[in-house]
Amino acid sequence: MEHSSVPGRGHTVEVRGERGQRLTLAISGRLALDNLYSFNAEVETLFQKMIPAALTVDLAGLDFLDSAGALALIELENQARTRSITYELVNPSDKARGIMGLIDPKALTTPPLITDRKTGNFLERVGDETLAVLYDFKRVLIFLGELLGALTYALFHPRSVRWDDVLSYMKRAGVDGLPIVGLISLLLGLILAFMSSLQLKQFGANIYVASLLAIAIVKELGPIMTAILVAGRSGSAFAAEIGTMMVNEEVDALTTMGFTPVRFLAVPKVLAAMIVVPLLTLYADLFGILGGLIVGVMGLDLTVYTYLKATQQSLSLLDIITSLIKSGVFAVLIAGIGCQRGFEVRGGAEAVGSATTSAVVAAIFLIIVTDSAFALVFQYLHI
Amino acid sequence: MRRSSVGARLFQETGAMVNNSSPPPVIVVDQLTARFGDNTIFDRVSFQVNQGEILVILGGSGCGKSTMLKHMIGLYKPAAGKVLLSGVNINTYDDRILRQVRMNLGVLFQSGALFGSMTLAENVSLPIYEYTDLDPATIELIVRMKLGLVSLAGYENHLPSEISGGMKKRAGLARAMALDPTVLFFDEPSAGLDPISSVELDNLIKSINTGMGTTMVIVTHELESIFNIAHRVIMLDKGAKGIIAEGDPRELKDHSTDPRVVNFFNRRPAAEAPPQGT
Repeated sequence: MEHSSVPGRGHTVEVRGERGQRLTLAISGRLALDNLYSFNAEVETLFQKMIPAALTVDLAGLDFLDSAGALALIELENQARTRSITYELVNPSDKARGIMGLIDPKALTTPPLITDRKTGNFLERVGDETLAVLYDFKRVLIFLGELLGALTYALFHPRSVRWDDVLSYMKRAGVDGLPIVGLISLLLGLILAFMSSLQLKQFGANIYVASLLAIAIVKELGPIMTAILVAGRSGSAFAAEIGTMMVNEEVDALTTMGFTPVRFLAVPKVLAAMIVVPLLTLYADLFGILGGLIVGVMGLDLTVYTYLKATQQSLSLLDIITSLIKSGVFAVLIAGIGCQRGFEVRGGAEAVGSATTSAVVAAIFLIIVTDSAFALVFQYLHI
Repeated sequence: MRRSSVGARLFQETGAMVNNSSPPPVIVVDQLTARFGDNTIFDRVSFQVNQGEILVILGGSGCGKSTMLKHMIGLYKPAAGKVLLSGVNINTYDDRILRQVRMNLGVLFQSGALFGSMTLAENVSLPIYEYTDLDPATIELIVRMKLGLVSLAGYENHLPSEISGGMKKRAGLARAMALDPTVLFFDEPSAGLDPISSVELDNLIKSINTGMGTTMVIVTHELESIFNIAHRVIMLDKGAKGIIAEGDPRELKDHSTDPRVVNFFNRRPAAEAPPQGT
């Protein structure tokens, strides 16, 4: 006779009989999910050590059985039958019988209806991804067309625009973004001025730090950094907002009520972005120049007047205007792509997350590409 | 085993138990008050849920059924009063006890609340991996058993988006039952289901209750479901901010003199109700 047990509220398995003969397993105590591991190990050892010719499982002493324990008993029976061992279950309580009766043995061996998800080989995946990119590009173009149509409509029908929403989005995308845009631009100005001064100082050309910084900040870094920050803050928020509305069928509700979702949801966001992004860019330019000024005055022995004079001389009004035009275009791209990604959401929370990520990545990509295009155009126009 | 015997001792468990004469109540709701700002949803409500019982919480819209459920599963902190699960206050701040509390209650949410990025098998196995050290093969077998219990054998590799609303509810039930909890909570189990799926789910709830002895608390206002599955009901009322009736649903339907209860069971809007006493 052998005993094995799990301390505390575990089970005890008493084995009666001789090796190779009929064995009786008297299980007492508690057989549940939390002691299934030890029970399974004991059963495996039993089959290997005792090699029973017949097996009787006695549940007379069993105090507690849950569905995992019942499953273990069913598996024990299956193992016995697989090894051609005669199996018998005796003294199960009505409740134990009830739990075991709930378990469908067929369900344990039913093969999955879906065995594997087709992922294709490398070439297939490259092809699929290429087609997906092309299809995505097509949908972006279609959406931009819709958006431009809606914006044109808004231009001729300003009363159709939900101006309260525009103001609300202007606050969220613009006013709420002032601290971070200011801080990043100031730091950018500081770093740029400091790094360029290390080189220019060697030639006694400290004064050119102001010019270099003014041109770099106003013509390139100001618009780009502001656009990237707005894409991260507001483009993602637009995608998440519209995406959640898609999941909750709110966009479907708008459509069935006769609203054009692009006009209702996207136009206020795009208009708000078109107004605040150029303003934020000006604000970023000022803070960037302020950063350079701090380095110029504190590190390069320039006076405030000299620095600002050099800055003013290096910039023309056209530089500022082109910078604002660029940031206006970036605004349309950021808000547009954010809304478009939101409208593409199908499914649930995961799709909203993907749309948000995609909105930011696509917006940054488009900002850089568009900026390159602007650089070429301005070069040819000698601006 | 991460599911400690200390924790297990805290709770009356689901399953086949012997010598369980007059067991103590599984849940005690004691003087529970729910308040959002100045709005009191219900005030000093007390009741008990007995072991192995199917208790239905019912009432009209806005009476606080779902709020009550969320207090009972510990998602909301009470403004006053307490909820005891097998004698343990579920609003404890002791992480060890809180973990055991969570392990001993399963919840089927209204939408199923399956994780969309996971297959049904992954959804069901998630709590088992979290709370036990069982090997993957055993867990796979348990998952198959659980899915079989809810008639979803073969669907382990399906994503939630690939199955119907009724199947999602059943898969959610399989996940809620993954650890054989002491109590199963259901939030509007029949909502959004066709009549056949609804009856199927009711039958499943009954068979699990009968077979496994699981205590169940169900929030619903579906009368067919109530008569089909409830051992006992408590009825909440928005105006009374508390319980206005308690007992066997058929008894209440046939013998209650409270017009609010009569109107509810007879699907009669309050305006059409005859004056009290007629």
